[in-house]
Amino acid sequence: MMSHAAFVFASYAVAAVTVAGLVFWVIGDGRARQRELKEFEAAGIRRRSAEASGGAGR
Amino acid sequence: MSENSLAIRKFSDLANPTRFLALADRVLPWFAVATALLFAAGLWLSFTTEGDYQQGETVRIMYVHVPAAWLAMMCYTVMAISALGTLVWRHPLADVSAKAAAPIGACFTFLALVTGSLWGKPMWGAWWVWDARLTSVFVLFLMYLGLIALNRAMDDPARSARVSAVLVLVGFVNIPIIKFSVEWWNTLHQPASVLRLDGPTIDPEFLWPLFSMAVAFTLLFFTLHIAAMRNEIWRRRVTSLRRQAVRSAGREAQAL
Repeated sequence: MMSHAAFVFASYAVAAVTVAGLVFWVIGDGRARQRELKEFEAAGIRRRSAEASGGAGR
Repeated sequence: MSENSLAIRKFSDLANPTRFLALADRVLPWFAVATALLFAAGLWLSFTTEGDYQQGETVRIMYVHVPAAWLAMMCYTVMAISALGTLVWRHPLADVSAKAAAPIGACFTFLALVTGSLWGKPMWGAWWVWDARLTSVFVLFLMYLGLIALNRAMDDPARSARVSAVLVLVGFVNIPIIKFSVEWWNTLHQPASVLRLDGPTIDPEFLWPLFSMAVAFTLLFFTLHIAAMRNEIWRRRVTSLRRQAVRSAGREAQAL
């Protein structure tokens, strides 16, 4: 039989892992997409709306 | 230009994804810092306050379980409002919002189910029972997974937006079922003790850590949601740029 403290610890551990996973996924996804956008920019491919307004197309 | 159409223009200016990106860049650092501070306060309160005379230490599981369950429902409500935005107002960011919220909602629902289970074993003597509250939350979890799968299955966001918006709205019927399941049916899960018409019935000793954790989790949701919406806008830009690159490559090949 697990002690009550072990159940509390397990709950907070699962919460920490889930939240950390979510945060790192969101950050990692954002970085990957920005990298792709920079690659297009480096290749000289811009969004048409960004070309029209002369914006950086970010 | 009439006053009314000016107001509409301002609203649609806000809907401009480029403006949203600028706004997100500005608010996200503040949101992240506020979330971290609130979690520090919430966790400190969660472990320094007294245990319950019946539940003992396991009452501390509630400080994660209740906010996670609350967010599981709020996230779906945000998705339902976004679905209305897609279908009724054709707001350009509405589908982005619904799509970005689904994985976040799935994570919080998962957390509510697991922490509930970890509380149920020592207190009820069972990891899981098929009572109305637990079952309806499990159905919510499956709906999140289904919506994520649907969004991933369709490449064209313009086409998937309407289909998933209709599905989100149909699934919204589950939210009042979850909320009132503890009153409508005889459940092992206890009835509401915080959000009640006659005020909270739990001791302030538990209410404070619960409240601060709930605010921290809510702010965490909005931080993640704004960041995920930004990612989704970037993803769509990458897709359209890729299409544009293919088209111009095709034109060049024809010219040769």
